[in-house]
Amino acid sequence: MDFLVNQFLTGLAGSASLFLIAAGLTVIFGVTRIVNFSHGSLFMLGAYIAWSILTRLPRDPTWFAAGVLAAALATGAIGIALEVGLLRRIYRAPELFQLLATFGVVLIVQDLMPLLWGPNDLPLPRPPWLRGFVTILDQRFPLYDLILIALGPLVLALLWLLLHRTRFGILIRAATEDRDMAAALGIDQRRLFTAVFALGSALAGLGGALSLPNASANLQTDLSVIVEAFVVVVVGGLGSVGGAFLAALLIGELQAFGIALIPRATLVLIFAVMAVVLILRPNGLLGKPLAPVRGSASAPAFIGRPPNWLGGVLLLGFLLAVAAPFVVGPHKIAILTEALIAMVFAAGLHLMMGPGGMPSFGHAAWFGLGAYAAALTAKAFLAPLPPTLLAVSLAAAPIVAGLAGLAFGWFVVRLSGVYLAMLTLAFAQIVWAVASQWTGLTGGDDGILGVWPNMPFYWVVLTLSAATLWLLRRTIYAPYGYALRAARDSAPRAEAIGLNPHALRAVAFGIAGAAAGLAGGLFAFAKGSVFPTYVSIGHSVDALLMVLLGGVGTVIGPMIGGLAYTGLYDVLLQVLPMWRLALGGLIIALVLAFPNGLAGAVRGRAL
Amino acid sequence: MSLLRAHNLRKDYGGVRAVADMSFAVDAGDMVALIGPNGAGKSTCFGILNGQVRPDAGQVLFDGIDITAWPARRVARLGIGRSFQIAQTFGSMSVRENIQMALIARRGFVWRFIGPARALFVEPADALLAQVGLEHVGDRACATLAYGDLKRLELAVALANQPRLLLMDEPTAGMAAADRVDLMTLVRRIAREQRCAVLFTEHDMDIVFAVADRIMVMDRGLLIAEGDAATVRANPAVRAAYLGEDDAT
Repeated sequence: MDFLVNQFLTGLAGSASLFLIAAGLTVIFGVTRIVNFSHGSLFMLGAYIAWSILTRLPRDPTWFAAGVLAAALATGAIGIALEVGLLRRIYRAPELFQLLATFGVVLIVQDLMPLLWGPNDLPLPRPPWLRGFVTILDQRFPLYDLILIALGPLVLALLWLLLHRTRFGILIRAATEDRDMAAALGIDQRRLFTAVFALGSALAGLGGALSLPNASANLQTDLSVIVEAFVVVVVGGLGSVGGAFLAALLIGELQAFGIALIPRATLVLIFAVMAVVLILRPNGLLGKPLAPVRGSASAPAFIGRPPNWLGGVLLLGFLLAVAAPFVVGPHKIAILTEALIAMVFAAGLHLMMGPGGMPSFGHAAWFGLGAYAAALTAKAFLAPLPPTLLAVSLAAAPIVAGLAGLAFGWFVVRLSGVYLAMLTLAFAQIVWAVASQWTGLTGGDDGILGVWPNMPFYWVVLTLSAATLWLLRRTIYAPYGYALRAARDSAPRAEAIGLNPHALRAVAFGIAGAAAGLAGGLFAFAKGSVFPTYVSIGHSVDALLMVLLGGVGTVIGPMIGGLAYTGLYDVLLQVLPMWRLALGGLIIALVLAFPNGLAGAVRGRAL
Repeated sequence: MSLLRAHNLRKDYGGVRAVADMSFAVDAGDMVALIGPNGAGKSTCFGILNGQVRPDAGQVLFDGIDITAWPARRVARLGIGRSFQIAQTFGSMSVRENIQMALIARRGFVWRFIGPARALFVEPADALLAQVGLEHVGDRACATLAYGDLKRLELAVALANQPRLLLMDEPTAGMAAADRVDLMTLVRRIAREQRCAVLFTEHDMDIVFAVADRIMVMDRGLLIAEGDAATVRANPAVRAAYLGEDDAT
């Protein structure tokens, strides 16, 4: 009984923190329809700003409250700058580009923060009142957690009053319901959006500031926070503050009891709950179907016949690549190997994003599954691997990842774009967590080492990559690829001629998973090792960038993107100490300048 | 025996009875118009027929098979084609490819992963395009077509499925007046040739009286009259519910 009460209260405190983060995200999404990836960065900024303020103030409760509010307001002001400087320009861009642009902000903030606050964790010295305990049923319970528990409903009540009892709130709700109608009625969208973004950012800052007494300000919070917030917002229903509160309660309690009872499986448990909720209620607990935003849906680009010279160019490229080891040194060959693998990784994602019309923000999941499948199979044999066993290990990669992709796809393909992007991200985080926590199998953060193939591996990579790219390209032009595109162009028409969009898309998920899995398997042997970083969010974003760099609307795009990105990365990494800053800036510039990607920018005819 | 039969269809939305009790039949090769004032329940009725709306009661039989609440793709495979109020085509494909896609689906070639789709069924696709007068624009991106031509393309896509019944929900919505008559005359001619039945809704009475073999009139969820143009015109209930509006103005 005591255990139950204690865990329940811990869960409530966790829920309150989750709610503060998710509320801002969901309000912003409801009105602007932007999934703000940088929300976690705003949370982190709030924590650091609060640290700077609170360490300079007297340590009593009143000054603490004032400092926390000041940090929230400051974060709100940063939010305004972000909205006016960037988001305002991309409200009509495809949602994937919005996600990417805000991820660019994440990268930039990651590099700028250490300059301002240094690389170390910053703990808040806690005065006695913050360390106090309250005895509940003979259990000592932290006073501060009780304060958090009270703050959750308080913020919910204040938000409710703001949304339902003020003119500003009426405008927010009107714009959430139907943005274009609200605009047609003469509501100044620019001011409204800026104000909403400020409100959401201030809530993120408040959450960050309030997290400070329990956890030091540190530079890893941004991504962990944003993933949790995504889960809460998706379960609650995008745009619903009440839903976010319910979902925060659910997830907070799941975490508290999960960690106490089955620590290893907590993340998996949360994901399972999320899957069940979305299967029963595809729009989340309290969410409504999203009203389409008119004018933003870009008409599908016409894909014509590839020019005749393209086959020749590709063949020439292949022959040059075959001869490369005789001409250039091992470093260049290593980069070329990576580029080939990157092309396969990107080409699979392109199939589901381009012809399939399904964005994925967690494509590294399949890459990682493939890498681990190959490495674990290889480890089961004796190293170094003779060619036959290498073939078996490599075959395991696309099979495992492809089947996993098909199974996952079957459940999620009926969801809309934003939910899909968030769910794929969440799934990748699960795989990442399993990879880094299940040390018995995966070696945890130390990874799996020493999986070297006993043969010149570059030509293996070249052969398999070229074959996969060729097959993927044929698939896009084959009847299946056309049917997939048909389902994307017009689902009602596709159904009316007897196609099954659900099955078509799920298979696309499987193909994309298999390609990424093969890429992962090749990468494992090329590097001789596998680490959880293969499944990181950053790696998923790499895949997206390669596809977008090449252009979603083109078939040749992922090849160009993979090559350009790998080359660029190599150069950036060598010359720039702050590569995240550069990459973030590049992403934002790319989104602002070329919404159709590089190949799209120079395209006269479809490639 | 009738090709399509609807028995005692009923559908409520909240407290509103959209379709109260509809029974009707469409014979093979018949061109039937379903008309009625706004809110009479035509669209709901159509939604039930093509599987988008699950009725609260009643059933739909096609060729003796109960297809009530079947998903659209199963209905399509049985041989029911449809057009949409706002033309639905595959915008990333050429005009010919739109037809080829429909033929690929019809002939069960969808799950082929090798071999270019654009080499398949070129001649049958061109023949279908010629039928609707689009033979000169086969290579154009279908997004570049004028709206009237898009409607024709949609018709050709539906015909690729060799339908025995075409369901057309306001097929001429959004078209210029002259185009409307042309399109429906074309539909009538092709339907005759292929012994394909057509059930359509339409607001323009001139078109209805010009092309329909039979007219069914709905009002407040009920079928209040049916018959040929003269019968319907003379029916007092129809005049009161529908044409009566003309008298009042």
